[in-house]
Amino acid sequence: MVAFRPNSVGKAIKRREDPRLIRGLGTYTDDVKLPGMTYAAFVRSDFPAGAIRSIDTTAAADHPGVVAVYTYADMDGQVGPSPVGAEMPGMGKADHPLLADGRVLHVGQPVAVVVAETPYAARDAAGLIEVDIEPREAVVDVEAAMAPDAPRVYEELDSNICIQVPVPNPEADKLFEQADQTLSMRLLNQRVAPFPMEGRAICAHWEEGPGKLTIWTSNQAPHFVKQQIAMCLRIPEIRVRAIAPEVGGGFGAKIPTYPEDPLLCWVSRKLCRPVKWSETRTENLLGMTHGRGHVEKIQVAFQNDGRVLALKGQTISELGAWRSFYGPFIALSTHTMSCGCYDIRAVAWETFAVYTNTMATEAYRGAGRPEAAYIIERVMDEVAAATGLDPVAVRRRNFVDKDAFPHTTASGAVYDSGDYEKTLDRMIELVGYDNAREAQRQARDDGRLVGIGVAAFTEVCGIGPSGGTAPHQRMGTWESATVRVEPSGNVTVYTGVSPHGQGQETAFAQMASDAFGVGIDDVVVVHGDTDQVQHGVGTFGSRGIAVGGAALHMALTKVHAKATRIAAHHLDAPVDQIDYEDGEFTVSGTDRKLTFRQVAEMAHLWNVAVPGEEPGLEAVARFEPPGTTFPFGAHLCQVEVDPESGQIEIQRYVAVDDFGVVINPMLADGQRIGGVVQGIGQAMWEEVQYDDGGQLLSGTLMDYAVPRAKHFPRMVLDNTVTPTDVNPLGAKGIGELGTIGSTPCVVNAIVDALRPLGITNIDMPAKPERVWQAIQAAASAQ
Amino acid sequence: MPRSVPVTITVNGNTHEREVEPRTLLVHFLREELDLTGVHIGCESTLCGACTVHLNGRAVKSCTVLAVQADGQEVTTIEGLAPDADNLHPLQVGFWEKHGLQCGYCTPGMIMAAKQLLDDNPNPTEDEIREAIDGNICRCTGYQQIVDAVQHAAETAGAA
Repeated sequence: MVAFRPNSVGKAIKRREDPRLIRGLGTYTDDVKLPGMTYAAFVRSDFPAGAIRSIDTTAAADHPGVVAVYTYADMDGQVGPSPVGAEMPGMGKADHPLLADGRVLHVGQPVAVVVAETPYAARDAAGLIEVDIEPREAVVDVEAAMAPDAPRVYEELDSNICIQVPVPNPEADKLFEQADQTLSMRLLNQRVAPFPMEGRAICAHWEEGPGKLTIWTSNQAPHFVKQQIAMCLRIPEIRVRAIAPEVGGGFGAKIPTYPEDPLLCWVSRKLCRPVKWSETRTENLLGMTHGRGHVEKIQVAFQNDGRVLALKGQTISELGAWRSFYGPFIALSTHTMSCGCYDIRAVAWETFAVYTNTMATEAYRGAGRPEAAYIIERVMDEVAAATGLDPVAVRRRNFVDKDAFPHTTASGAVYDSGDYEKTLDRMIELVGYDNAREAQRQARDDGRLVGIGVAAFTEVCGIGPSGGTAPHQRMGTWESATVRVEPSGNVTVYTGVSPHGQGQETAFAQMASDAFGVGIDDVVVVHGDTDQVQHGVGTFGSRGIAVGGAALHMALTKVHAKATRIAAHHLDAPVDQIDYEDGEFTVSGTDRKLTFRQVAEMAHLWNVAVPGEEPGLEAVARFEPPGTTFPFGAHLCQVEVDPESGQIEIQRYVAVDDFGVVINPMLADGQRIGGVVQGIGQAMWEEVQYDDGGQLLSGTLMDYAVPRAKHFPRMVLDNTVTPTDVNPLGAKGIGELGTIGSTPCVVNAIVDALRPLGITNIDMPAKPERVWQAIQAAASAQ
Repeated sequence: MPRSVPVTITVNGNTHEREVEPRTLLVHFLREELDLTGVHIGCESTLCGACTVHLNGRAVKSCTVLAVQADGQEVTTIEGLAPDADNLHPLQVGFWEKHGLQCGYCTPGMIMAAKQLLDDNPNPTEDEIREAIDGNICRCTGYQQIVDAVQHAAETAGAA
């Protein structure tokens, strides 16, 4: 094994990505320029449901600068259906066309595409297309959509319910009868917009000579794109190159291949010209998948001492108008993660995923786990209120014991490792919890609405093994890495993950640097290009380090072993007598040595070939995770509510997390703070809203509130380290943890502030208007 | 065909003469005509700040400025902030040192907005920094390390 001496691993090394980005020299998809470029603009449905009576493209086609106009009829079965779409037995499903095929299912669905010589001409002409739609009644509310007589999104299906998965449990029924107390809650996890700063962008380029298609697309998983584009265009995947260049954020919504991706590839092939499209922000809010969108109905059985015995839950997940890549599975993972970090004896659950005439929902930073954490962390606070115990004490009473790992929860998850007390203790110590509560009592005596919220949570990262995943992925859950050492000893790392802000160009360079004793700047990390990286899966689910990093570790280990054999041959010593340290191979107990760079050169020279060894110094590795990792954390938030306006001030935020071994703490802190703020955005402001008729109300930045700098105090971070043995690095994953912890933490703080008024729940987002109304209602009820 | 009008715009010290449609946005002029693709488009509505550049030394959102409005004026973009990699602006250094960026899409606009602040107020408080970048959205960082980056820049520029 390679000994990763901590020369750079574990240190806050500055990012290798940044020199280009801070000078505006990164190449995002919209920055790609090709000779003969054309530009696309889409006509989208203004109606949430209806039949297309006619589409008149005449004026658009005649518009100066227009190259082509296409509708569904023009595709003539040559391309599609849309490649997205989870599969599982018994689900209600229908194909989703790339352009509307005679009916529209949601506002924003692409109906026609215009291709022109300039972006302005394309948009002008798109405005000239007349689409005549006979509207029909849309179904928007997810619970209403479940009714047998509800209007159906797909007339050909019997119901809007795509999946219904009951997991009954007689043990839970028994515990509910035995429990000292029970309570029930209805929790809403509202629909939110992922809102990456760069929206979707595509540049498709068919080259007729070589018969090859290249697509630049702002995406988190270019190998999926390659495979799905090939399938959709009915061409061999060896003729498709997918490139995710600089990608301006993803947060899960850039995992899927969207209908626009294969459509523009088909257009480019048809025209034999490159075509480019970048969505507007309104198109982004309309047509990029949304996140969350759950209604949860929860019952809790618990004892007077705060011990939670059993949970019964129902998850109703809004799928929107079509099945996204992960949509139905996200709903199911809420049940899987329902126990949080608590030893709950029995769980009964029923999960529904339901079609409505709205944009599809998909993974969004956490994808099922935030919903679960929100449920169990809100539950713990309500159990504390019902028993008169402190929320921290209730959590301690229910924690899985640190000696009980690996731990299988009542909902079937297998937790790798954990020490929840340690993390909570550190948070309590950092905060000075007793003093904070005392200060809160004094503030309350003064009539101020100060609240303290706690969340102690766990989540799941680096999902594997492949056998446990959905067949629709067709890719498994492994990740690949190739390490290629040049004759100079400089190193190129090819990774199958596709970072878009996470900083793996730096973290992976640190690992390679430490493995071979070369400088970090002597390592280049290549990602996001399917012609350069032979196989890969992508960046999502907090898998970059835990799975991609583990694959890299394996590849480095293989290269290191070969380098050791080459060194042994040239040093005329047995392999087991070769010591390695800081880039030098030494015969044990002697001063006979070779540097790594000398060995790299020897590996490439025929005249010093080693018998039995192929020339070159390169290795490919794929890491298949034997299980998943479960990072965890303990967060605290303090808020003060202004009773006159309902405004909430976040006064304090402390996060102590445990994500195993850390490669670069600076990058980890960035992921954590960013995640916390994104989670607070959901708790406080963000909400995708449709009106009852299915029109999007939150289609611009004037109507969709994204967190801004002045909303936040300085956050305090610390971490504990509980390694995992699921991967050779001991790293657990960091990308989604902040989002998962912060949402319930903040809502618990808000409810804690309002509890003296008799308020026991505030639905997200806790907008001032909503909080003010709750205060007024509570006052008039007394 | 759409009517064109001549404009003369000095960008990062170089003067460019072009014929543009009157409706051409400054951000499109910079990106499409001059290949200054460090200027990013995030919302087309002045609300996200990704397209922030300086017009005659003041920060503007170039998605809601017409190219013709910049006729005869001076524009500075992120590409004009440092002559080369070895002579970065203190804000660029600050963002690099303090991990003030992740995906990097908001970064050029964020740096140009912060430059306006430091031009006006070389020693801002944390609250003043947070207020000054209120028109710029970052979805990745949670802003804290951006604040650190601007503070770093203020300190190093002050020490220089």
